[in-house]
Amino acid sequence: MEAAPGPEVSRRSFLRSGARTAALAGMGGVLGLLAGKATGKEMVWQIDPQKCVRCGNCATACVLELSAVKCVHAYAICGYCELCTGYFEPEPNALNTGAENCQCPTAAIKRTYIEDPYYEYQIDEALCIGCARCVEGCNLFGNGSLFLQVRHDRCVNCNECAISKVCAGAAFVRVPAAQPYLLKTISH
Amino acid sequence: MLWMIGVSAFAEQRFPPPDFESGHKLPEMTTPGPRALWLAWADVAVLAASLGGAVWLIYRKRSRKGLVALSLFSLVYFGFWRKGCICAIGSVQNVALALAGQGYAAPVTAILFFTLPLGVALFAGRAFCSGVCPHGALQDLVLLKPLKVPGWLEQGLGVLPFAYLGAGILFAATGSAFIICQYDPFVPIFRMNGRATMVVAGIALLLLGMFVGRPYCRFLCPYGALLKMGAVLSRRRVRVTPDYCTQCRLCSAACPFGAMREPESGRPTPKDLPKDRLRLAVLLIAVPLLIAGGAGIGWRLSATAARMHPVVSLAERYLQNREPAPRTGAVSPEQLELQRARENPRELLIDAARIRRQFDIGTTLFGAWAGLVIAAKLISLSLRRNRTDYEPDRGDCVGCARCFEYCPNELVRRGLVRENGSAPMVQSK
Repeated sequence: MEAAPGPEVSRRSFLRSGARTAALAGMGGVLGLLAGKATGKEMVWQIDPQKCVRCGNCATACVLELSAVKCVHAYAICGYCELCTGYFEPEPNALNTGAENCQCPTAAIKRTYIEDPYYEYQIDEALCIGCARCVEGCNLFGNGSLFLQVRHDRCVNCNECAISKVCAGAAFVRVPAAQPYLLKTISH
Repeated sequence: MLWMIGVSAFAEQRFPPPDFESGHKLPEMTTPGPRALWLAWADVAVLAASLGGAVWLIYRKRSRKGLVALSLFSLVYFGFWRKGCICAIGSVQNVALALAGQGYAAPVTAILFFTLPLGVALFAGRAFCSGVCPHGALQDLVLLKPLKVPGWLEQGLGVLPFAYLGAGILFAATGSAFIICQYDPFVPIFRMNGRATMVVAGIALLLLGMFVGRPYCRFLCPYGALLKMGAVLSRRRVRVTPDYCTQCRLCSAACPFGAMREPESGRPTPKDLPKDRLRLAVLLIAVPLLIAGGAGIGWRLSATAARMHPVVSLAERYLQNREPAPRTGAVSPEQLELQRARENPRELLIDAARIRRQFDIGTTLFGAWAGLVIAAKLISLSLRRNRTDYEPDRGDCVGCARCFEYCPNELVRRGLVRENGSAPMVQSK
């Protein structure tokens, strides 16, 4: 196969096949090193709600136009307050749905009357931009039942999450795809 | 449920949970899952099949039409369907980060995306570039009227991918940023979504690509640089003529990527010999100097480059006590970041010092690499090759198969032209 006409060519081809073998060995070595560190598990990005400082970068830094980070609600922690500080601005004029009274800039929180004096708050993910204003309000004065999570039906799972690099709380971590959420719970 | 349950909430229950009299049931929080793992393996299977298909089309079928069809498929599948992610170009960084031992475990699928095209390149050249890579396919398909890039510019810019590869590895291995993904010009087009600057860059590259064949592949692509190194050593190479070369130069004019090389005598004339020897000797002496010089410059740039890492830049802001400009309304992210630094400065500073040391080594290596690349380029330009036929350069040829159709002997092989003359035969069954 490798028999070539001139001595010049055969020397070159000999060097080439030698270098190729070396390159293959090198690649094998790299693969061997990687094998020790590789994981068959896919990893995805998630926000650790314990570290999140509600800086607001999630709304703007995501590579998607409408961020894949959304506010989620742990209903079991919620106090169902009538004056919800996640829903209402501090010192609102009135406890109604007027935009001047609400924290959410996109009216993504639906407030439903359940029974006196309880109201339920639900996030409309199509509207939520992940700005964390409601999360900040809920954490400051409420139970902290609102928090941010990367929603995996939207996240494109970038190699290196663009938000993770600007996250003020260093709250972005890689988690196994089999357990893709870091949720808040209560022990009561 | 497969939730990874966090530790119990830090916010105390300021308000007790409600005691509903109406029997209201609490709604469940939805937790939509990510893309299934088997789909990632399906991507690997499609990659392997497309690579095999590309090799078959280049070497066996010698079919440009087939490669265009494969390019269209790759563009749709890896480009617009998978939105340019996962891709082999970016996988370099996963491998670099995993090898650097930053506690990151690369997914096996990403490692395969890195290895498969490279393995193929060692045996059959840049088959990945020819019709599997969506970036290459997109640029290849918009090519309208290729202009020849002058040799000096082509060779000069040809060094850039190697430098970009080095920089990509440096910043990935130190855990600073995945710059190859961040500055990818075509992924925003595949996603139809992205930062305005990169969308504009992508469109500009495509407009340029109408007249300059595959500008990203030739003058930027870091994975292309790796594949080029593999392809130089490849076992098989693309040959234009199936028989003998008639020296008609049609193939040379047909190549839009400046990859075709003229026949050349391996032996210099006695007059040229001393000049050639002297030049090579000077270059060989210059190799260690270039490497050392590059390493020195790289070492000097270490502190600047380290600022790319968010931990280092935060530590510097903390030490200089640089308050960000106050913002009306909410607290700015920069202020919150500084607050975090003040809460636990010790850990941050230790981390920053460790990353700084990594950069000292990393930028020095990067500088040495840049020096080596320039030296290798200069030497390769001053070597004489023994070539009797017009042949594509092993490293530069992306296997687009355009040249085949221009070769008269190929037309004879296909039965489109008679051997004795150019009279076209009536196509018979």
